[in-house]
Formats: sequence, C-alpha cells, structure tokens
Amino acid sequence: MRTDQLVASLVADRAVSARPLGRSVGRAVLAGALVSLVIFAVEYGPRVDLLPAFATWRFDVKLALVLAAVVAAAAACVAMARPVSTERWRLTALPVLLIAASTLAAELAVVPASHWKAHLVGSNALDCLIAIPLFALAPLVALLLAMRRTAPASPALAGAACGALAAAAGAVIYAFHCFDDSPLFVLTWYSLAAVPVVLLGALAGRRLLRW
Amino acid sequence: MSDPEDLSALMRAARKGDDEAYRRLLLVVASWLRAVASRGLAAAGRPSADCEDIVQETLLAMHLKRDTWDETQPLQPWLRAIARYKLVDHLRRRGFTDHVDIDDHSDTLAAPATAEEGSALDARQMLASLPERQRRIVEGISIEGQSARDVGVRLGMSEGAVRVTLHRALRALAIAYRKERT
Repeated sequence: MRTDQLVASLVADRAVSARPLGRSVGRAVLAGALVSLVIFAVEYGPRVDLLPAFATWRFDVKLALVLAAVVAAAAACVAMARPVSTERWRLTALPVLLIAASTLAAELAVVPASHWKAHLVGSNALDCLIAIPLFALAPLVALLLAMRRTAPASPALAGAACGALAAAAGAVIYAFHCFDDSPLFVLTWYSLAAVPVVLLGALAGRRLLRW
Repeated sequence: MSDPEDLSALMRAARKGDDEAYRRLLLVVASWLRAVASRGLAAAGRPSADCEDIVQETLLAMHLKRDTWDETQPLQPWLRAIARYKLVDHLRRRGFTDHVDIDDHSDTLAAPATAEEGSALDARQMLASLPERQRRIVEGISIEGQSARDVGVRLGMSEGAVRVTLHRALRALAIAYRKERT
C-alpha cells in the first residue's frame, strides 16, 4: 500500500471521538469514584460528627484543599494526555499551594508548639495510608483506560498524572471519614498516601499509555 | 504551506467534515514526514528502507489521535511532537537508544518534497494481517480507489457499517505497526 493510498482510507474514516479530552477525564474519574463510594459506604461510612464538622474551619479547609488538588491533577492529566502541551495547567497548582501554605501558617499560629506533634500524628494515620490508595484504585483504572485513546508525550508522566488525580479523588472521599482535620495531619499523611498511587500510575502508564 | 496558519486551518476545515482539506493536509504532512524520517534514519545509521513505514505509521497515529490537538494552539508543534514520538519509538524498537532530535532540522514543515520510494513491503504484510472484511474495505478504498458507499454495495454493507469497520481496520493497522519488530 502506497502512502497516498493509505491517505484515501484515512480521509474516508470520519470517526471522531465523541467528547473533548477534559470531559472524558472527568467522566472516568467520576465513574471510578462511584465504585470507591460503594466501598466507602460499605466498609467505612462518614464520620459520626459530619454535620458539626462542616462548621469547623479545619474541616472546610481540608475539603477545599483536596478539591483544589482534584482540579490541579485533572488539569495536569489533560495536559499530559497531549503530545505537546502548554504550561498553563501549572497555574491550577497555585490554589493548592496557597491553601496549603496559609492553613499551615494558621494552624502553627493557633496551636501551641507543644501540641504540634499530637496534631501531626493524629489518630488515623495508618487508616489514611490504606484508605486513600484503596479509594484511588478504581479511579486510577478508569483514568488509565480513558487515557488510552490519547497521545501522551510521556506515557509514564501521563500515568503519574492519572495517579495524582486518582489519589486526589480518593482523598476527597476519605476526607468525609477521617476525624483528623489538622492541616499538619492532612498535608503530611494525605500526601504520603498519594505517593504509591502516583508511582503505580507512572508504572502502569509506561506500559498501557504507549501509542 | 510555508504559512503555519495554513495547516491549522486545513485541520480545522477537516474537523468540520471537509474531506478535500483533510486529504491535502495528510499529503503535505506525508511529504514532510518523509524528509524528517529519512534524516532521522540517516542520523541513526539505519537503512532508509524503513522510511515509508515510519511515514505511514506516523500518519496513522496522527489520524487516530487527531482529537488530542488543541484547536487554540498551532498545528505544527503538535505534528512535530507526534513525528518525534513515532521516530524515537521506531528506532527504539530496533535497539537504537541514543537521543533523537528532529527539532534542529524541522523548524518549519516546509521540507523539500521527497518522492515516495515505492510501496512499503511491510505495509502489505500488515494489510494481510487484517481480518478478511477489514482488509477488503481498506483495499477497496485505498488500492482500488472506491468510495465507502461503493465498497458497501459490493460487500453488501451499509455505508455507515463500512466506515465503522474501516475505523477498526485503521486501529488494527496502527497496533500491527507498533508490534512489528524487525
């Protein structure tokens, strides 16, 4: 087959993908999160003081932080899905950094230094390290599948971005179960819990997202 | 074609269903790819016989992944990134691991039009690897130059079914190219 003959077939194939990149990433993460929500409902359940918790600044800030992380990781995912991407997505990391820095400063100002350690260690650290990766698993699978139709410049980086988004989604779900709202705890343990998911995403991406 | 806006405009028109614009774009890109691939192969000390295979594999990738182009950006960096990925991938499959840089020589897509050197042997084998129906549809449209509708009439399929099968065939071809390790 000559190349100009191949071109005839390419022109005749009018199949175009139904939805833009951002939307398929969004749908994948939602589909995966639904599975995780079932696990959450069956095995974990919301914290008993969920309603009063909404009235505390620490819980609200925790939610804002994980949601901002979802937005930033989703933007990274869409950017990494392209063979060539702009750097604009990095701007979405700014709110995450701002929230993290300001709440950390507030917490350190409000809490006496002698209590820092107790806030940092919290009561659920191990739980957090298990639950967030667990809740991230289904979103990660769904994201990797959705990203297979894309053309990432670096399959490993794209996989890592999928892992970050999956971990952020898992963190949103876990945030409703976890009693530890101190920014000291959240910044430390939630970040640590995301590490294996990002690594797993990178490894899987290197194999699955080649094109 | 020396005007960078031109290619983006062709792709935009193609997205709106302008087949002629798409054909023109693909042919322009193919001849640019031929120059890039032969330079890349020469730099890697590989025989230029692989050239047309790289061109076809890359064209297929561009076609199947065309919705990863962000319309707000110019088309050329996107094209170049796909070409680089595919060239590197091709060389890596053959054990060549050095850095390959096509940017140095391809600031514009305006490359001297290189003539296509006959049909790639591999491409024929690839076609043979397709399931019967897919192969006959690609052959009908590509080699016999028939329209999707004509092929449908001949095979007793609707035009829509022909296009669906054609799309599957192209995806299978793209996978066959990636798996081929010679």
